[in-house]
Amino acid sequence: MEKNYTISIYTENSVGLLNRVSAIFQRRHINIISITSSVSEIEQVSRFVIVVRLTEAAVKKVVGQIEKQIEVIKAFYHTDEETIFQESALYKVASKSLFEERHIQNIIKESHANIVTVNTDFFVIEKTGFRHETEQLYNDLAPYGLLQFVRSGRISVTKDPMNIKALLTKFND
Amino acid sequence: MKIKKNISGSEALIHCLLEEGVDLIYGYPGGAIMPFYDELYKFQDKLQHVLTRHEQGATHAAQGFARVSGRVGVCVATSGPGATNLVTGIADAMIDSTPMVCLTGQVPSHLLGSDAFQETDIIGISTPVTKWNYQITNAAEIPEVMAKAFYIARSGRPGPVLIDVTKDAQFDTFDFSYKHCTGVRSYKPLPKIDVTAVDAAAAVLAKAKKPLIVWGQGVILGKAEEEFKNFVEKSNIPAAWTILGVSAIPTDHPQNVGMVGMHGNYGPNMLTNECDVLLAIGMRFDDRVTGSLDTYAKQAKVIHLEIDPAEINKNVDADVAVLGDVKSTLPLLAERVASKPYTEWYAAFKKHHDIEFEKVIKGDLHPTKDGLSMGEVLKEINRASNSDAVVVSDVGQHQMIACRYATFNHSKSNITSGGLGTMGFALPAAIGAKMGAPDREVVAIIGDGGFQMTIQELGTIFQTQAAVKVVVLNNDFLGMVRQWQQLFFDKRYASTEMVNPDFVKIAEGYFIDSKRVTSRKELGPAVDEMMASDKPYFLEVCVEKEHNVFPMIPSGASVSDIRLS
Ligand SMILES: Cc1ncc(C[n+]2csc(CCOP(=O)(O)OP(=O)(O)O)c2C)c(N)n1
Repeated sequence: MEKNYTISIYTENSVGLLNRVSAIFQRRHINIISITSSVSEIEQVSRFVIVVRLTEAAVKKVVGQIEKQIEVIKAFYHTDEETIFQESALYKVASKSLFEERHIQNIIKESHANIVTVNTDFFVIEKTGFRHETEQLYNDLAPYGLLQFVRSGRISVTKDPMNIKALLTKFND
Repeated sequence: MKIKKNISGSEALIHCLLEEGVDLIYGYPGGAIMPFYDELYKFQDKLQHVLTRHEQGATHAAQGFARVSGRVGVCVATSGPGATNLVTGIADAMIDSTPMVCLTGQVPSHLLGSDAFQETDIIGISTPVTKWNYQITNAAEIPEVMAKAFYIARSGRPGPVLIDVTKDAQFDTFDFSYKHCTGVRSYKPLPKIDVTAVDAAAAVLAKAKKPLIVWGQGVILGKAEEEFKNFVEKSNIPAAWTILGVSAIPTDHPQNVGMVGMHGNYGPNMLTNECDVLLAIGMRFDDRVTGSLDTYAKQAKVIHLEIDPAEINKNVDADVAVLGDVKSTLPLLAERVASKPYTEWYAAFKKHHDIEFEKVIKGDLHPTKDGLSMGEVLKEINRASNSDAVVVSDVGQHQMIACRYATFNHSKSNITSGGLGTMGFALPAAIGAKMGAPDREVVAIIGDGGFQMTIQELGTIFQTQAAVKVVVLNNDFLGMVRQWQQLFFDKRYASTEMVNPDFVKIAEGYFIDSKRVTSRKELGPAVDEMMASDKPYFLEVCVEKEHNVFPMIPSGASVSDIRLS
């Protein structure tokens, strides 16, 4: 059965690794739903968070191929239930609608979104949450005209520990 | 080691190679790699460079060298077209797990990304076909990166590494010192052995009545031939091989039951679907071995001994996976198994062999028709070489015949392009093989099609006098494709007939002793003459044009659907 899986990849911080990792998906025609790359809790170690929709058998094979890459320290896959995850979205709306359409102010308040910036031409709202929450806000604001919209990839941490530090210490001794 | 003050990046590259024990490299010069070649000139007495006639030839020569010697093969090319010409060989080394380091020149770092003359993104291009690759833009990185390159290429499951060096990094100077790489923290070449998995495997084998070993190149790459032989003999389990695994034990070993896969033997293919335990050792269940996975060994418990965790459950699910280097895991398993006679089980192999002998082998090896068969050429080579030769085969019908019928006394003797099936592989690979095993006889078996893909390497043979014996089995067809056209495309021979030149004249043009054979009575003496020569030798054997290789598992069919005609 296909499911959303979050693949977390701890890597050395090296140029070209993204290319190596993405080629693994591309070769197998696997659509990446979202991808985020950032520093991790360990100095000099990067972390990719990739969301895909696959069967568990398939995600296991992909993770095996990813782990095989020299500069990958460790890769994991998790179901939504095993992780805490969020996405961020930014909504840019014309300022005049904020003043003309009272209703917008209610939408913002009810959605627990933050106003990032306001000026005479436009204002920007930020909402972090689950996909259905950022989508809800999108649907609510759309009728008033969105000048721009963007949503980040999923960021996620696991409920259980990952123990990368232990892995790296083991290597060092 | 002592620090060498203020040396150029190019000189540093050479010291790195020498530190890694390299004394022979294959390559082709050009603009972006000229500083390196200039240094090479000064180190000729320590580091021999073989100028191939095409960069693809350099990669295959390095592969041939690596496969017979167990050492890392090294090749060098310039940027742009030089680098892209390496790609086929790199892909071949990747899929066949051959340790190789490729050095490429690159445009100066300030021109990177500007579409400079002969700039190609060889790092991007080679990423999916290298175990690791890296671009050096600063000379000071050279020692550490090169040490890592060799370590990665040869450790664990070996593979090709490409190091791209910008021209400025070759010119720049720095203080050089070298430290061998002993580990990379994000890379675990040898998975930890789990003894409980070995116990579990032994427990499965203890109950087995009809077990079958299928071994692959892992035994050879792991230098585990002794351990493997001990295990095979201690357990008395029948053992079949993949085309890259053959020669790990002598062909005439009584427990050798033959070759698996598309053109493998009838017995091991059929009985794969009758065995109760399939013990896979250092092999990866390639689709040319398994045929349709839906009907592959479904009745059997599968034990998989494998160094690469990504291979476990990739194609065939393992009931017991024993991760690790087979050199370490096989003795552990051997301690835990007892010999059983398997009398009826061996009789089943014998029965299948007898059927295959009548329907296929007899006609291949002892033909009664006028035309020469590829099989009888192999038989003559076996005889004349005493099964001691390294056989390097190209890709096609002759390859399958060579793998089926060549007999071996020594390991690392069957050099062929297995996973990629690269036509043009054999001629340059044979050159590398001869240089990697100078005391051994090296015989290349090549089709008339594949020969013309890297025919220019006759020039390398002439220049180096590498004493390879080149046998072209000429059927005036792209035989293997023609066979498929005959069997599956109603004999529509679309673009498979070849109008060939006079190959003997071409060889003569390179001043290589040569002969053409068209009849049975000439064959034996010609092979004898070839084997007696201590120089390069070219032998063209005109064989029957429309002979087919059997048995055959049609692609996508089950191993049980193997055809004998
Ligand atoms: C580079 C490359 N191109 C195409 C093929 C497809 N192919 C596989 S076997 C074969 C025919 C080989 O013909 P030949 O070298 O004459 O050998 P034969 O089969 O006749 O023994 C071809 C074209 C290949 N394996 N490699």
